Amino acid sequence: MANSPASAAAKVDDSRFVRIDRLTKRFDEVAAVDDVSLDIEKGEIFALLGSSGCGKSTLLRMLAGFETPSVGSIYLEGNDIAKMPPYERPINMMFQSYALFPHLTVWENIAFGLKRDNMPTDQIAERVETMLNIVKLKPYAKRKPHQLSGGQQQRVALARCLAKSPKLLLLDEPLGALDRKLREQTQFELHNIIKKVGVTCVLVTHDQEEAMTMADRIAVMSEGRFKQVGKPNEIYETPSCRFVADFIGNVNMFGGTLEVDQPDHCVIDTMHGKFYLDHGITGTQDMPVSVAVRPEKINLQRDPPADPQYNCLRGEIADSGYFGSFSLYRMNLASGMKLQIQITHTERHGELFQRGETVFATCAPDSLVALTT
Amino acid sequence: MDLAKSLAKNRFARLLLKDWGKLTVIGIPYVFLILLFTVPFLVVLKLSVSETDGIHFQDLSTYADGVVDIKIKLSNYIFLTTDPLYIETYWSSIKFAALNTFICIFIGYPFAYFMARSPASMRPALLMLVSLPFWTSYLLRVYAWKGLLDDHGVFNNLWMWMGLIDEPIKMMHTGFSMTVGMVYTYLPFMILPLYANLVKMDLRLLEAAKDLGATPWKAFWLITVPLSKNGIVAGSMLVFIPSVGEYVIPELLGGPSTLMIGRVLWDEFFSNNDWAMASAVAVTMVVLILVPLAIFNKYQADSGGVRGV
Amino acid sequence: MESRIGKFWLGAGYVFLYLPILTLIVFSFNDSKMVTLWGGFTFKWYGVIAHDTEVVDGFLLSLKVALMTASASVCLGMLAAFAMVRYKSFFGRTAFSAHINAPLVVPEVITGLSLLLFFVLCQRLFGMPERGVFTIWAGHTSVGMAYAAVVIQSRLLEMDKSLEEAAMDLGCRPFQVFYLVTFPMIAQALMSAWLLTFTISLDDVVATAFLSGPGSTTLPIVILSRARLGLNPTVNAIATITVAVVAVGVLAGSLWLNRQERKRAAEQAAAYREGTLALAS
Repeated sequence: MANSPASAAAKVDDSRFVRIDRLTKRFDEVAAVDDVSLDIEKGEIFALLGSSGCGKSTLLRMLAGFETPSVGSIYLEGNDIAKMPPYERPINMMFQSYALFPHLTVWENIAFGLKRDNMPTDQIAERVETMLNIVKLKPYAKRKPHQLSGGQQQRVALARCLAKSPKLLLLDEPLGALDRKLREQTQFELHNIIKKVGVTCVLVTHDQEEAMTMADRIAVMSEGRFKQVGKPNEIYETPSCRFVADFIGNVNMFGGTLEVDQPDHCVIDTMHGKFYLDHGITGTQDMPVSVAVRPEKINLQRDPPADPQYNCLRGEIADSGYFGSFSLYRMNLASGMKLQIQITHTERHGELFQRGETVFATCAPDSLVALTT
Repeated sequence: MDLAKSLAKNRFARLLLKDWGKLTVIGIPYVFLILLFTVPFLVVLKLSVSETDGIHFQDLSTYADGVVDIKIKLSNYIFLTTDPLYIETYWSSIKFAALNTFICIFIGYPFAYFMARSPASMRPALLMLVSLPFWTSYLLRVYAWKGLLDDHGVFNNLWMWMGLIDEPIKMMHTGFSMTVGMVYTYLPFMILPLYANLVKMDLRLLEAAKDLGATPWKAFWLITVPLSKNGIVAGSMLVFIPSVGEYVIPELLGGPSTLMIGRVLWDEFFSNNDWAMASAVAVTMVVLILVPLAIFNKYQADSGGVRGV
Repeated sequence: MESRIGKFWLGAGYVFLYLPILTLIVFSFNDSKMVTLWGGFTFKWYGVIAHDTEVVDGFLLSLKVALMTASASVCLGMLAAFAMVRYKSFFGRTAFSAHINAPLVVPEVITGLSLLLFFVLCQRLFGMPERGVFTIWAGHTSVGMAYAAVVIQSRLLEMDKSLEEAAMDLGCRPFQVFYLVTFPMIAQALMSAWLLTFTISLDDVVATAFLSGPGSTTLPIVILSRARLGLNPTVNAIATITVAVVAVGVLAGSLWLNRQERKRAAEQAAAYREGTLALAS
């Protein structure tokens, strides 16, 4: 696993800003979060990505203090906060439903947390003013939440969290309640505000685009465990296992066996053809290995390539879809498998393939990934 | 802020606070209900099987000479289950409650149905008009029927004036007047849960049924009625159970022929001063109500239905 | 066709529901000894009940008991509702839930009888309580809290739980969460629970008959004793006043609620339009 966080340091490492150490949460013997460890740097935006029920929300709620871990510790600047109640943690959370207090105005919502800290009135006013400016909602200060649009409500919720200058900001599906069009715009806005404020942030999402555009690093979660932790491009381009390769984006996967294994290359034999990869793997001869390739890494051509021995698949176009900037093809291989291919239209009058045409699909050795797990 | 310090300081306080809060929230209403509901009922249970000397309680068990002597008098129950008058009363109570429930369904179902199908803008007003009588005194509403159904009441006077009848029709103090009073009182209890159920129904289902060739009548029987089963059951419970124990309606509108168990209990207590007998009647009545309630609960558990209160 | 039958059925139903109440009102203005025979218009029965000490005292006592009952029922019912909604497991939860719902289904004759016997026993053992306001209050509250619990429970269940979590997240201690967030959220339910238990108590006659002592006669007891004897124009007058007060109260209340809701819906729609416009620009 890339970036394996399981470096179980016995002593508390103060240099890490947030440190999650072997955290487990069981509900009636079922582990929602299962022995998870993680470090988060100061100022980083970190995304927990996974489908519903993977444990990402439970992990977030443990950070916020709404759930108490069954086992393990959470360190914030070296202090174990795992058993501290939410109202004592210097951590604030933006809820998926925003949880704006419907009986309070925008101004009062943002001031709510500050009043709990017994901040002097003039300082509260000043701070709320600053927050309203940051989220560009100054004219709306006197409105009640139901008088705001979805996007505005989201910004109030963000301002309310940031008002207390938390050490750690938690976002639970921050864009989940917005409609599609609003999302793209809000995504960048949210990212900019968080970076401007410079707060460390953990966000939970099931939407991979959201995770990839917002986060500096992503943890892909499944069944309470981290499948891979890494930068967005690492997770996309070099997935560590079949689950991650399949979960993020589209992928074609070929099951086969390891034929040649050298430090600088390997050859994998599959029923569809042989694949030559420009990286080695640690494995033994004839062990089962999968080859993964993204649809956009495949090229199509009508004539057979010069060297058809490796990385070349022959088949017939089964379906095609024209999307303007690119086309999607599905290709029937002789083995019965259907291959997905995405061709970007870089030229204005580039060539299009027709249904029923026999074509050759090729890909470069460095665009393939071998997966053993 | 020193996190570690504030944590240590508060852990104990928090634990205490948390459990103390839980204890208060559960404990206070619990104690109140046990004291004013369970214990009194146990007193009734005890009194129904004890020897009574007028209104004096006697202990069920006495301890003398190393022998525990338990005296349980079942004569009240034996009397209750053998005396034809009591058997007649129980039977009659159930009969009137069931009749009331059926009439309420018959009138209330179409009523709730048409309410739910009326224009959305009118529904709040229609709903308010059904629940408005709730807020006025139930005693006075029952009393009102006395004025309508009496031998010299509004109906008889009106009909005689119109020349429809020559002498008053006897309606008051009969099974008819009592049933009218019960239906009148309990109809809203049937309409409201049915309405709540019917108004939520997906009308596209009916369109689909009609599209598939069902006549409106068939669609109603095959789609609407089965889907509103929960509402019917909830409404029936809300009507049947309180009807069984009704006192005011039989007292004001019923007659000698309309025996109701609630009224018998009242008379045993207030007129005959037989506390033990009244207690035995009360215990039997609870059993009578527990049966449909148990069936209802089982039905709810099976269907995972919603409570219709 | 369906709509014609529907209108007829609804119309007939409402006539059935309101005809008795209307005749009550009409004959309260009847200047005749024969209650159901029209003998001219008069206000005299209102004068009669205003000077009828039995009625006036009964009403004042009913009011006192109802105020006490409604307040106690809402407090206890709120605790019970919290216990049921917030604590999914505690010792005897099933029994607790049964206890809360039991007063709703047990006939009032039984509630009245059992409480009376219990109080008689208490009096014999401890010399108290005397039958009177306290015993009536206790009886009404044991039923009222069950109703209040049902009303408040349904509000608590539909409330977004993350509101309370958000409050805690922003630094509220448990009790602050309650009075800053939960209480304002459920205030309306508390109000309706209060009104409901108030009217239940004001209206109750059966349990009260068991629990009232000499000198503590509530208005419904007075009405029942008069109604038993036959038709009585003073009862009509009392009924008319009750109906007038209730109708005005409920109408005003629901009109207010309706307006609030409409205003809210309009504001929401406006905010949504504004949001989409901002997006388009």
